[in-house]
Amino acid sequence: MGLTPDAMLRKLQDHLRDYLSLPVRITGNMPVPERSFERSRNQYNSTRILREILRETPADAIKIVGIIDKDLCIPILTFVFGEAQLGGMASIVSIARLRQEFHGLSPDDGILFERLCKEALHELGHNFGLIHCHDRECVMYLSNTVMDVDRKLSIYCESCDAALYGKTEPWRM
Amino acid sequence: MEPKVNILIVDDEEIVRESLANWLEEDGYEVEAVENGARALERLPAKDWNLAMIDLKMPGMDGIQLMDEIRKVRPDTIVIIMTAYATVDTAVQAMKKGAYDYIVKPFNPEDLSITIRKIIEHQKLVKENIYLRKELKKQYRLHDMVSKNHKMIEIFELIKTVAKSSSTVLVQGESGTGKELLSRAIHMESPRRNAPFVTVSCAALTESLLESELFGHEKGAFTGADQARSGKIELAKDGTLFLDEIGDISLKLQMDLLRVLEEKEFRRVGGTQLISVNSRIIAATNRELTKAIEEEKFREDLYYRLNVISVTLPPLRERKEDVPLLVEHFLERFNIEMGKNVEGIAESAMRLLLDYGWPGNARELRNVIERAMVVTKGKMILEADLSLPQAPGVSVSDGRGKSLSEMEKEHIRRILKENRWNIIRSAQVLGIDRVTLYNKIRKYELKKETVLNM
Ligand SMILES: Nc1ncnc2c1ncn2[C@@H]1O[C@H](COP(=O)(O)OP(=O)(O)O)[C@@H](O)[C@H]1O
Ligand SMILES: [Mg+2]
Ligand SMILES: [Zn+2]
Ligand SMILES: [Zn+2]
Repeated sequence: MGLTPDAMLRKLQDHLRDYLSLPVRITGNMPVPERSFERSRNQYNSTRILREILRETPADAIKIVGIIDKDLCIPILTFVFGEAQLGGMASIVSIARLRQEFHGLSPDDGILFERLCKEALHELGHNFGLIHCHDRECVMYLSNTVMDVDRKLSIYCESCDAALYGKTEPWRM
Repeated sequence: MEPKVNILIVDDEEIVRESLANWLEEDGYEVEAVENGARALERLPAKDWNLAMIDLKMPGMDGIQLMDEIRKVRPDTIVIIMTAYATVDTAVQAMKKGAYDYIVKPFNPEDLSITIRKIIEHQKLVKENIYLRKELKKQYRLHDMVSKNHKMIEIFELIKTVAKSSSTVLVQGESGTGKELLSRAIHMESPRRNAPFVTVSCAALTESLLESELFGHEKGAFTGADQARSGKIELAKDGTLFLDEIGDISLKLQMDLLRVLEEKEFRRVGGTQLISVNSRIIAATNRELTKAIEEEKFREDLYYRLNVISVTLPPLRERKEDVPLLVEHFLERFNIEMGKNVEGIAESAMRLLLDYGWPGNARELRNVIERAMVVTKGKMILEADLSLPQAPGVSVSDGRGKSLSEMEKEHIRRILKENRWNIIRSAQVLGIDRVTLYNKIRKYELKKETVLNM
């Protein structure tokens, strides 16, 4: 959604496909829904975007993850990295705060990609029914800061992996 | 599995409800969201709500009014008030009325995570404490005896029933396990409680002394018997005769006793008159009578006579759960006896007591506590106040336990290192499954060291 670089998206596609053994497809670019903009906060409401994504979801989709370059929030929180429907169809990941430049550092595509992979796997995990994990290194650990994101590995821990493996069974390649 | 944590969201704005519910569900909470106070009150009885997150400004009942209602019905439910408009007044009002926290939207996600986790953690502690207190109340008491061990409680139950009859009871168990105490309890639970309870320590006396102790004697029955005397059997009358350490009596006295039990009458030493026996007999021993029978040191027929109802008290080392209970029991008792005011025992001291093997059972524990209460300077019994023998047997088995897990930790660390922390391979080498290995890594807090020279 919006301005996400194509090369990085394709890299993410490959990574998710290889890692999850699931078919992964990039849909057409979807405009950022106007009404999700929260003027007073200069942020976008992730729950509203999620609703729009659901409306645009192809009939044959297993799950759908929106990647967006806008800063997301929900009414009661100052920001969110993403949002997912637990055990549901759709999720969204924002790369705005995953960028080094958001934190006053020079841009680094490698780091950004690494973080994007983690957050995409994280939100997809939620869509497949996984909740947050207590293992700080597990990709399902709740990250509230980029430091949290960087500390986790790009993989699920043993038990999350086992749970996910069961849930993805019907579609695995 | 941890029990589910239930959170109720009350907010008139749908997008707030949906987004907050999504966010909380991702964290594993069970969430329900309703749009006003009335609906919230309807949902209250449905679940054991841990937490209610309530919007301050809603049409109809406002957040504070709803909180008041919730506190009446579910005082255990913790309330967080949410609002978009921070005014000191409402915040103070909310907190005064018992809100746990007051959140001004938007809130930092990390702070909210921590706040909620703290609430849940706190609630768990409160619940465990209540549970603990309930458990303590369930502890069992039989007169002066306390225990919460299931075998002991079964014995207490049995005793309450058999006490009503006059059947002979055989109480077995190591020294200090409470055989005499239990026998007194049988007496006190029985219709004979106002009649005497008479104890004969069979181990303490020589055969002839014991004989006269039991049966009494007539004047001139033996040299020195310058007066007639009634024996303990007579003294017990309609009460209870407690034969302690019955396993220690001679074969001749076993014969005499058997006759008394069978015929319900006896003669004093040197006497001719038959005296009838009306007392109930309880016998106790720390010996294994079946073994003594094999060794022909105890008459089998007497054993069967005594063994009408048989109770075996388990040693204290097999019911360590009773140690804290007994400590509390003795503290109370000695506080009264010594006029002291010792309030408790330090955790480290309790650990020592729990680790000890108690060869002398409850009696030894009583003595240790008694001594500790004499020497202690403060309100708490400390490690230094305890004088436990450094029994080699005990400390060896203890040390072995420690070194075993120490060895396991080292072994796992080495295998992991050898396999460069490849979990699957390491688990194979160790012969355990991956989940078990993960659990052990967590248990021993093993960490992958960053190896530079690889
Ligand atoms: N279950 C118990 N509850 C409270 N005190 C106990 C208990 N068991 C033993 N004791 C204490 O231990 C002491 C020794 O018990 P006792 O009945 O004389 O043991 P035994 O006859 O088996 O050697 C008792 O005086 C009492 O203080
Ligand atoms: Mg005794
Ligand atoms: Zn998450
Ligand atoms: Zn995990």
